[in-house]
Amino acid sequence: MSAYLTCLGAIVWREGLRFILQRERFFAALVRPLVWLVVFAAGFRAALGLSITPPYQTYITYEVYIIPGLCGMIQLFNGMQSSLSLVYDREMGLMRLLLTSPLPRWWLLLCKLFAGVAVGVLQVYAFLAIAAAFGIVLPWAGYILVLPALVVSGLMLGALGLLLSSTIRQLENFAGVMNFVIFPMFFLSTALYPLWKMAEGSVLLRDVCAVNPFSQAVELIRFALYARLDAAALGWTTLAFVVFLGGALWGYDPARGLIQRKIG
Amino acid sequence: MTLSVDALSFRYGDRVALDDVGFRVERGRFCALLGPNGAGKSTLFALLTRLFVAPSGRIEVAGIDLARTPRAALARIGIVFQQPTLDLDLTVRRNLTYAAALHGLSGRAAAVRIDAALDRLDMGARAGERARDLNGGHRRRMEIARALVHGPDVLLLDEPTVGLDIASRAAITAHVHDLAAEGLTVLWATHLVDEVRPEDALVVLHRGRVVETGAGGRDLSARFSALTRPAAA
Repeated sequence: MSAYLTCLGAIVWREGLRFILQRERFFAALVRPLVWLVVFAAGFRAALGLSITPPYQTYITYEVYIIPGLCGMIQLFNGMQSSLSLVYDREMGLMRLLLTSPLPRWWLLLCKLFAGVAVGVLQVYAFLAIAAAFGIVLPWAGYILVLPALVVSGLMLGALGLLLSSTIRQLENFAGVMNFVIFPMFFLSTALYPLWKMAEGSVLLRDVCAVNPFSQAVELIRFALYARLDAAALGWTTLAFVVFLGGALWGYDPARGLIQRKIG
Repeated sequence: MTLSVDALSFRYGDRVALDDVGFRVERGRFCALLGPNGAGKSTLFALLTRLFVAPSGRIEVAGIDLARTPRAALARIGIVFQQPTLDLDLTVRRNLTYAAALHGLSGRAAAVRIDAALDRLDMGARAGERARDLNGGHRRRMEIARALVHGPDVLLLDEPTVGLDIASRAAITAHVHDLAAEGLTVLWATHLVDEVRPEDALVVLHRGRVVETGAGGRDLSARFSALTRPAAA
């Protein structure tokens, strides 16, 4: 078991070190949601009236509403960034070093996932601290209980990144991921607008948003921030994690996966 | 027998990359896997390191079947890939520590092995330098040291001298011959006949097939040209 933990420690350490060394990435990870919070939310505050829906027990401002969505956004970008780092590792050959380790491949990929989640969770807490400085303070229990929710949502989004990395041939193709994965997932979710508000515009759009795993992750985070459990969101997020991870493990399987075409 | 390959075949779709490849390498031998570009050497290495899995054939490392117990077999292999596989922003020691951890080694045990591996390749003095600051020859030596950290029985090197100047190439070839003399089994893929010594074991691969096995011997250059002529094989 200690060999497994040693390997986990090394991969998390390397991912963390890379994150710290890339200061621009840390800066971008914090500034992106803050721009949404300060600029976008301020603009939409007047346009969007929000009724009292769980987990909120009182009227809330739009800034408060989008906090969980922005936490999810950090994790979404971070998951894709981890995917990018895997593609980078493959181009740099470091992926081979990882995949020829005698530890089981599923564990190696899980280590990569955990490393990404750890980096993502730190970013979310940094964001929540800055949001608190802007006056958006959440219940203290929420700051603690959101941690397991962030781990689950981070794992789901990281597994999606892992799955994508097994299908992306080159670093250059990453722009496509931005256009076809990150933006639709973010905009077609409950991150920026509640489902009932979406239904006023289009019922179909509401349904699409409802089945988007990112919506489920955001709702999981939203309820956890108010010390409540959204069991359905937890279930759907976990299910999406299992499906994405299964696909990623298939993609990295040396016997039949997609990796075969690209590594050689 | 430390490395044994039997009836190994592999295809990329319709294209046959390896066709019924088989050879053996005795313990402590330096075996040159000689073949022109496109002969199938890198595919064979991908199969030996289980990056790919062959649908047919058998690979044994130190008597361990790679297909049946891949983890035990991989633990006995040290690998130097054709493409450099370094984290350029980390120091030499950090790179080796990371590789050791991927084999489950940490703490003092890993540090002792890392020092020993670096000393073996005369890289001890450079342990604190960033990989980015090393020249090509030293980067390669570092990768060889890294492949030795976990104490493998078999060292696989896929064209390790590509891109190096003549002096670095000669030094690395000599270093790895010394490792074989110390008891390590070496499979060294190359397309350069001057890296093969007369006493080395030899496997010539051409168009995915083994066309000669034996010893390096004399006049290898002429033999290799004859074996790999467009009409040959």
